Formats: sequence, structure tokens, C-alpha cells
Amino acid sequence: MDSTIAILAILDGLSYAALVFLVSVGLSLIFGVLRVVNVAHGSLYAYGAYMAATISLLVAPISPWLTFPALLIAALIIGVFVGGLLETFLLRPVYGREEVLQLLITFAVFMIMDNLQRLIWGVQPIFAAEPVRLLPNVSLLGVTYTSYQVILLPLVALGTLIGLRYFLRHTLSGAVILAVTEDREAATAIGINARNVFLITFIIGATLAALGGALASPTTSLVPGMGTDMIVLSFAVAATAGLGQIEGAAVTALMIGLARAFVIYIQPELEVLVPYLIMVIVLLVRPMGLFGVNKVRKI
Amino acid sequence: MARLSNLHRVLIAIAIAASIIVPALLPSWTTLVTLILAKGIVVLGIIILLQAGQVSFGHAMFFGLGAYSVAFWGKYLGTGDLLLYIVIAPVVATLVGALVGVFVVRYREIFFGMLNLAFSMVLWSLLEKLYHFTNGADGIRVARPTIAGMAFPPETFQYLLLYITLALALVASFAVQRYLDSPLGHMLKAIKTNETRLEYLGVSARKVLLIGYIISAFLGGLGGALVTVAQQIATPEFAFWTKSGEFVFIAILGGTANAAGAFAGAAMFEIVRFLAAAKLANAWQLILGVVLIVIIMFAPSGLIGLLKRGAASEGKR
Repeated sequence: MDSTIAILAILDGLSYAALVFLVSVGLSLIFGVLRVVNVAHGSLYAYGAYMAATISLLVAPISPWLTFPALLIAALIIGVFVGGLLETFLLRPVYGREEVLQLLITFAVFMIMDNLQRLIWGVQPIFAAEPVRLLPNVSLLGVTYTSYQVILLPLVALGTLIGLRYFLRHTLSGAVILAVTEDREAATAIGINARNVFLITFIIGATLAALGGALASPTTSLVPGMGTDMIVLSFAVAATAGLGQIEGAAVTALMIGLARAFVIYIQPELEVLVPYLIMVIVLLVRPMGLFGVNKVRKI
Repeated sequence: MARLSNLHRVLIAIAIAASIIVPALLPSWTTLVTLILAKGIVVLGIIILLQAGQVSFGHAMFFGLGAYSVAFWGKYLGTGDLLLYIVIAPVVATLVGALVGVFVVRYREIFFGMLNLAFSMVLWSLLEKLYHFTNGADGIRVARPTIAGMAFPPETFQYLLLYITLALALVASFAVQRYLDSPLGHMLKAIKTNETRLEYLGVSARKVLLIGYIISAFLGGLGGALVTVAQQIATPEFAFWTKSGEFVFIAILGGTANAAGAFAGAAMFEIVRFLAAAKLANAWQLILGVVLIVIIMFAPSGLIGLLKRGAASEGKR
């Protein structure tokens, strides 16, 4: 393998890892606090992408630069409204019920959202690449790449990682979330409103998934099934890292992103296999994940 | 306690009667009823694991293994016999189930579910990407097999397949019900209620769960073979995670307390899908999703639970 291809693979892996991180850290955060595996997480990703494309195509004629805030607005609309409604009306009634019922509620939401997505946005691929075109290309050791993918996406991912860390470890709201994660009963006893914490956490997680989708929308064509693929991939990252591990999710996303990118150039047929193979191997050796600590701290 | 309640006797009689009468009156429903019974067989396996409180979000792996055992036989060795298929497919699934089972029974709850998911996604990626062997996403077409060496015209074959599936479904559900009522089945339930106590009694929880897991893999393989023969195709989607979700969905829909739930759930699922696909082709998934939410919110013990509740209040009157 010559060095150009290696650099190309690294850049591919980096931009891909940034997106996967955003989605899987949301999943991980929700699981850490609510103890629910959100099967509809991939749908939130897809909705973020479609919403971003819709708004972008709407505002692009006014000024193409408006497509950047459009991405953020789309993520917030989906995360806050759809996420908030899901938590309040569907998840809240089943807290404390059997694990399988909580899982299946989100599976039902996935089925409904997947279907609605086809009804709202159709099955034809949608393209909205405006933001990628606006930013210049960069050259690195003879390889030209879009700065949207190799600079903006990793920066957003890094910002999210630092922001989340700061929020959870250095703010009161973050401390409250951690308290509920550690011991819900004790936290409620000292006057923490666990119900609000669940809602806020779910909204943050949902917004991160939608943001991942919104940021992915300019780089790819939007097709039905994009959410279905993303959800298992983000599961793979979150589980490999250890559910509830934020920094771990970042490292794992990078690892899986790079591994996948190199495999694409070496043996393209095995591309889809890589994340799951890594997941199987890691879970067999360390079921709590690479960075998971045995139930000491969850986020 | 292998004795059946009156409710169950009535249900079984209705199920047998419906499986025979409906296709006789509506020939276009023959394959649908076959699919219901075949998927019910798979869901029996999910119900076994749910007794132990474990949710496999990767059971489509065994369904897919059964399906592709049939498909590969047809592709590489020529058209086989139905009786051969219904032996080979479960055997392959059982062998893989034993191998995978040894690893997964060490884990519980979310870890159990995720590891199963991971294994099934590995199989799915292989089926999808090893194009030369599997035809990728297009799947492998499966020719109509002979039955006991005899070739039949399509209509006759449809009915014979239905009756064979019905017979297998009956045997499977009686066997599973016997298993769940046996000491081994009760130990399975003890894993859910108090695993530590089970270990203190000198029972290996892992061994108990492994037996249940292998049986459920066997049932998954059998159901996969029957569905493939009925639909005459095997695609990688058979092993995809949404298929696994569908099986768990059907189990909850029917009710997980006993074997009858599997078939009640499968009947409801497939009939809603069949009718919705005919009338509202674009919204069948939406409708099923709403049905699932309603069942979870208002009838968590499933359709069989509803019937039982109905029968109990009937009796009080």
C-alpha cells in the first residue's frame, strides 16, 4: 500500500469516525442514565439528515452560507421536539417495566419513524451538498480532501467530547445527571427530580444523533435505510467502548472508523464486517467493553 | 404439570381448524398461514429465552442459517427434498447455536442481547458481501423441492407444505410446553427470578441456559428452512437485526407465558401485515408499530393474556 492511499484511508476514517462518534455517544449517554437501549436512535440520525437537507435546500437560494446554521437548527428541531415527545409520551410510561418491553417500545418507534420517513421524504435519494462545496479543499502530502470532512467534522466531534465532559464534570446540571446515574433512589431522596434528568438526557442524546445526521447530510445521498445501518454501527461502537463511556466512545469510533477505511482500500467486501467483528472479539474478551469499568461509574 | 387448561384446548382446536379451513376457502392465504406457523416455530425459541429473562436481539442468525442451509443445498447440490431440508437446516443451526451458545450464556441482559446482535450482524455482513457464494442482497432462489422423493405441482405442494408445517408446529409447541413445565424449564425461569439461588442449589445456570439456547437455535433453523421453502428465496435480510426485532415483537405481541403465544402473535403480525400491505401498502410498518405500542402499554401479557383475562371474567359471572 503506498502512502497516498494510506493518507486517504486515514482521512476517510477520521471524518467517518467523527460522525459515528456523535451518534454513538448519544446512544451511550442515554443508556448510561436511562438504562434503555434506544433502538430508534438511528431514526433520529436519519431524521436529522433529512431535516437538514430540507432546510438547506430551502435557504440555499437566499444565501448558501445559511446552510450551516440550517444544519444546527435541523438537529435541534429533531432532538428537542421528536426526542422530547418520545421520552415524555412513550418511554416515561414504561420505566420500571421489564427490560424487553422498554427495548420493544423503542423498536416500535423505529418502525413508525422508518415508515413515516418514507412517507414524508420519499424513497428517491436526496442530495444537499452545499456546505461541502462552500468550504475550500485542503491538500495534505499530495492528497486533496474537502475541509468540511477532515477539519469541520472532527472539530465538531472534538468540541462535543470536550463540551460533554465539561458539562458532566464541572456544572451543577451535569453533577445532577451523574448523581441519578450512580444511584437514582438516593438522588431522588435528596430532592433531585429524576424525571427531568431523564428528559434532558434523552434530549441531549437525541440531539447528538440528529446532529450526526445533519452533518452527514452534505457528504452523502440520503436514502431510506440510512438510519437502520447507523443504529447497529453506533451500537457496535458504544458496546465496544463500554456502554456509558464517553471518552471511550471517541477512541473506539476512531479505531473502528480507521479500521473500516483501511479495509475499504485493501479488501472492500469486508468493509461492513469489520465493526461487528471487532465488537464480537472485544465483547468476548471484555463484556463490559474496552473502557468499561465493572459497574463503578457509568458515565 | 403438562395438563392443558380448557382455554388452551379451545385455542389449539381453533388454530388447527383455522389452518385447514382458511386455505381451503381462500387459496391465496395458503402461503400466509404457512408463514404464520413457520414464524411461530421461530418465536417459540424466543419465548424459551424470555423465560430466563434474556432477550436475544440476534436470533435472526439461526433463522438465516436455516434459510441458507436450504438455499446452499439447492445451489450447489441440486434440488433437495423437503424432508431432507427440515432435518439439515435445524442441525446446522443447532451446531452453530451450541458453538455460539457456549460464549453467550456467560452473559446476561444487555450483554447477552448485544453479543447475540454482534454475531448475527457478522453473519449478515458475510451473506451480503460474499457475493460469489450468496448472490449478495439479491438472495438465492430456491426451487420447489420434492417431498419424500415425489415432485408435486405448485398448488398441491403449497397444501402439503402447509400440512407438514402445521404438524411440525404442533409437535414443536407441545414439546416446548413440556420442556417449560419440566424441572429444566423451571430452572430456566429461576435464572430470571434468582440466579444465585439456582447456583446455591448446585445447578449450573450456564448449562441450563445453554440447553435453552440450543433448543431455540434448533427452532430458529427449522422455521428459517420452512419460510425459505414457502417463499422460494433466501436473502441476507433474513439474518438482519430488524428480523430479530420482529421475532421479539411477535413474542411480546402473543404473550410470553406459554407456547400458544408464539402462534397467536405470529398470526396477528402476519395478518396485519398482509391486510395492511394490500390496503395501505405504504403504511403497514407504521400500523404494526402502533399496534405494538398499544399492546405494551395496555396489555403487557399479550394476546393470550387478554384472552385469559377475558375467560377469567367470563367464569366469574
